[in-house]
Amino acid sequence: MDALTLARWQFGVTTVYHFFFVPLTIGLIWVVALLHTAWVVTDRPIYKKMTKFWGKLFLINFAMGIVTGIVQEFQFGMNWSEYSRFVGDVFGAPLAIEALVAFFLESTFLGLWIFGWDKLPKKVHLATIWMVAIGSNLSAYWILVANSFMQQPMGYVLRNGRAEMNDFLALITNPHVFVQFPHVITGAMATAAFFIMGISAWHLRKPADEEHLEAFSLSFRIGAVYALVSTLAVMTVGHTQAQYMMRVQPMKMAAAEALWDTENPAAMSLFTWGDERERRDVFAVKVPGLLSFLAYNRFDGEVRGINDLQEAYVEQYGPGDYVPPVKWTYWTFRLMVGAGMLMLALGLWAVVAVVRERFGHPWLLTAALWGIALPYIGNSTGWIFTEIGRQPWIVFGLQRTADAVSPTVSAGMVLTSLIGFAVIYGALMAADVYLLMKFARAGLAVPDLTAAGDPDAAPAPAHA
Amino acid sequence: MMDLNTLWFVLIVVLFIGFFVLEGFDYGVGILLPFLGRTDTERRRIIHTIGPVWDGNEVWIITAGGAMFAAFPHWYATLFSGFYLALFLLLAALIVRGVAFEFRSKDRHPTWRATWDWMIFVGSAVPALLWGVALGNLLRGVPIDADMHYVGGFFDLLNPYALICGVASFTAFTTHGAIFLNLKSTDPIRTRALRATRTVGPLATAAVLAFAAATYAWTDAFARLGVNPGLVPMTAVGSMLAAGVFVHRARLGWAFAMTCLAIATSTITIFMALYPRVMVSSLNADWSLTIYNASSTPYTLTIMSVIALIFVPIVLLYQGWTYWVFRHRVTADTPLEY
Repeated sequence: MDALTLARWQFGVTTVYHFFFVPLTIGLIWVVALLHTAWVVTDRPIYKKMTKFWGKLFLINFAMGIVTGIVQEFQFGMNWSEYSRFVGDVFGAPLAIEALVAFFLESTFLGLWIFGWDKLPKKVHLATIWMVAIGSNLSAYWILVANSFMQQPMGYVLRNGRAEMNDFLALITNPHVFVQFPHVITGAMATAAFFIMGISAWHLRKPADEEHLEAFSLSFRIGAVYALVSTLAVMTVGHTQAQYMMRVQPMKMAAAEALWDTENPAAMSLFTWGDERERRDVFAVKVPGLLSFLAYNRFDGEVRGINDLQEAYVEQYGPGDYVPPVKWTYWTFRLMVGAGMLMLALGLWAVVAVVRERFGHPWLLTAALWGIALPYIGNSTGWIFTEIGRQPWIVFGLQRTADAVSPTVSAGMVLTSLIGFAVIYGALMAADVYLLMKFARAGLAVPDLTAAGDPDAAPAPAHA
Repeated sequence: MMDLNTLWFVLIVVLFIGFFVLEGFDYGVGILLPFLGRTDTERRRIIHTIGPVWDGNEVWIITAGGAMFAAFPHWYATLFSGFYLALFLLLAALIVRGVAFEFRSKDRHPTWRATWDWMIFVGSAVPALLWGVALGNLLRGVPIDADMHYVGGFFDLLNPYALICGVASFTAFTTHGAIFLNLKSTDPIRTRALRATRTVGPLATAAVLAFAAATYAWTDAFARLGVNPGLVPMTAVGSMLAAGVFVHRARLGWAFAMTCLAIATSTITIFMALYPRVMVSSLNADWSLTIYNASSTPYTLTIMSVIALIFVPIVLLYQGWTYWVFRHRVTADTPLEY
């Protein structure tokens, strides 16, 4: 494999891995902050225990998100130096602002929250977790401003052989970020919601005692409502985003549907097995007119196909292949939407059960436990879809991925780092899942963390 | 009146100073952890001294990286792609170290804890060494061609001068961390930290002197700064010596102020010798990257200046407050979160 292919794999692997942790952080922090607030307001011990329980899981996950995020900040320069030179004047700004405005905030205040239980006045300590919540969500906004520039470049001018910023306001109010940010945030909330619901369900199957029953019944209720609301939201804004992308990146959406030729009205594919080289269907099941409806809210209207767009792009950008890998885009899009559908079904089921005060059914509890995986599938395939669907561009219409790679970094070097990251990330994932499961199972009890046989072990912390 | 490019050069130096002064003692504490903590509880107390602050401290380098990207994209691109494998090692170290702090005490198994403790050690030692190597190479010069591309290999970075810089940063951070630990712990850790300071401190002083001599011998700093290098480099060497005197007299608060000063002024010295260059080409002086040929547009620099001038003071305020909240020593009664 050449350096370009390896660099793309490395970016894909490290980014998808990073995004295993980010959504849970963004979505769970609101619940931890609300539970903490409930404790401060009511002074009921159960809220404190719940804050500590979900907070502990939050922290284990947060650590992984932080350290894998450092890689993101550095690897544009490492593997994509020509990209960095070409767009640095525009793209560097949101990254730097993210670090200065958001990352400092969440990291510093998280330290205060973890260690501040006995040091800070109760209300000041409560404020620190809200600062973390604001910081991590703000962070997502700035990162998505950067990504939106890659999807739909705004606020720049081509000058001196590079993209130079000429309108900061246009950059940060890119219409793309206003469809992407809500989609990512609501997806993150759904991730946390199904996480809470699944773990609560596990405890509800055989509650350890009355307190666990109460705490996890409440958690399940919170999780179920959060799940339904966030899933409805992520689907609604996702639909808006898809309609928006039909205009901004029609090729991505045509590839998502494996729509080879322009159709009016356009049929929606339910299942297509196609020949990517010949650009034709081998076997397909389609619903007539549905794609037009999804695109324009009416059952007619032209949706442009891959072949026509390819011709139009050759005319606009010169000779080249402007078709993204159709199998990847088609199937990742379907996995994402499929995960969303299942989340909606599960969310509805759970909310109905909660409303009827009968959510102890073993089928529901088992489904909720396995449901934890659904948003992870949706998040990962969603990002793989949107990034692969933009190919061959790294910045849509401005720079091709092949022209962006570092010319001085050899295939051997990228292979070394790729293997290194894979080994480290694999080991850390094992440790992370082990700890999450251990603390999720431990429930409200505070596990004894003194090392076995330590002569001068301190007594368990008084506040725990 | 300072131009925007110079302002951003200064801002990035400020970010590096913040990073080295703050994360410097974090690295030092991490390096000393396996040697000064004999029981598990002692090791937890040692980690607790930096527990509330290490994450916030690390953001200084993330911000410095982001600032380089935004203000000097060519510097960011050439440095990070050129020093590729070194950067990878640095990232690997930072990844395992950060996770290790959070994970080590969450399981009671001795092997689990010992493994993460060594991760903290390696994750602190590798960056402590590599930062010196990296800065040394910026100043000494590396093969950069007319297109701003690094054309050397990984082992070109491991030249004697850069290695001296690496040893200097490693020993200086270790000393800095040992002094910090003196201020934040109680016996028996404190006594051991004092002993460690007195062992590593002289090595650090010698290494910093060797770094100063080597800088004059092997870089163009002499030609640029003159026989009398001026106040800043002399302060760097002087404060290192003063730190030794204060350690000898067991005035650790003053000694810590001196190592802070030494790290800050050493960083400034390197960047002063560089200015207005940011990376020196060893192939042709005209091919060096400077704050002008590597920079963003005045428009971007202006926008970023406004944001930096608003938010850097705010960050300093709340980070300063954090240090105030956690100003007390970690004692046997301190609840251990990690």
